[in-house]
Amino acid sequence: MKRVLTITLFLIFNLAAFSQELDSLKTGEKYSITDADYNNDSVEMADFMRSNGKIYVVVGVILIIFTGLIVYTISIDRKISKIEREVFKEKVNS
Amino acid sequence: MKKNWWKILAIALLIYTILAGMLLDVPRLSILNETIRNQHFHVTMWFGMIILLTGSMVYAIKYLSSGNLDFDDKSIALANSGILFGVLGLVTGMLWAKYAWGDWWSGDPKQNSAAICLLIYFAYQILRNSLTDEQQRGRISGVFNIFAYAAMIPLLFILPRMTDSLHPGNGGNPGFNFYDLDSKLRVVFYPAVIGWTLLGVWIAELKLRSKRITRALED
Repeated sequence: MKRVLTITLFLIFNLAAFSQELDSLKTGEKYSITDADYNNDSVEMADFMRSNGKIYVVVGVILIIFTGLIVYTISIDRKISKIEREVFKEKVNS
Repeated sequence: MKKNWWKILAIALLIYTILAGMLLDVPRLSILNETIRNQHFHVTMWFGMIILLTGSMVYAIKYLSSGNLDFDDKSIALANSGILFGVLGLVTGMLWAKYAWGDWWSGDPKQNSAAICLLIYFAYQILRNSLTDEQQRGRISGVFNIFAYAAMIPLLFILPRMTDSLHPGNGGNPGFNFYDLDSKLRVVFYPAVIGWTLLGVWIAELKLRSKRITRALED
């Protein structure tokens, strides 16, 4: 089992390195992000949204939706735990 | 509660991902603009999918070498949440492509091979559902799972890079990939990958536990 895992991991890393090589072959040289990219004002970003503080509203909406989904998932998790306790206790007794 | 620490970790990491991914400074690159933040949401879907499907393949091998049906249950549960992540990755990619490339589907090599990869896994699910004998289903779909995984790696990582793809990180487009990720993006990206993957494992775990209950009631 361990051998299979080692071989799989080895293959994945090799393929990742291989595809990186293909990338650099294709483009000649890689684009790397520098500090200038953070201060570049010529590219349009959502500064307007942030200047009015509205982006926080969107973040809030996403967080509320995410929290709702997680709360629901947790409730399913608890329900399954409850059934598990009932079913598996029954099996041991019978 | 002690066994559930990783679920709490997943929730914490995902809340951090949403807050930091939306609000922290990002590089200002043309074409990408603010959509560079998709790195923490769209790209992580694919990373999560690959990790989940790797787990599924490992359990398929374990099932094939042991014949223990519990491994088969684990394999299909992980495959299902992996496929869910893949579908979400494809749909979010299409939404992004509509605004970055001008069309929902432009037949880009990356899009096409991702779609082929998902079709192979849809075939896996259909194959499973068409077999009724549990041991036979486990063996045939286990072998198929390994082949599907072996087909996925070149489809997603190698073929799109051999031709010109518009996808960021391929063919000289401004973008990012696993290796030249900017350090400020990495601070959010790696926790995001872990968080989304743990959420996928959680969903798979719920499915697995309900399956175990069904089996216990059948006996």
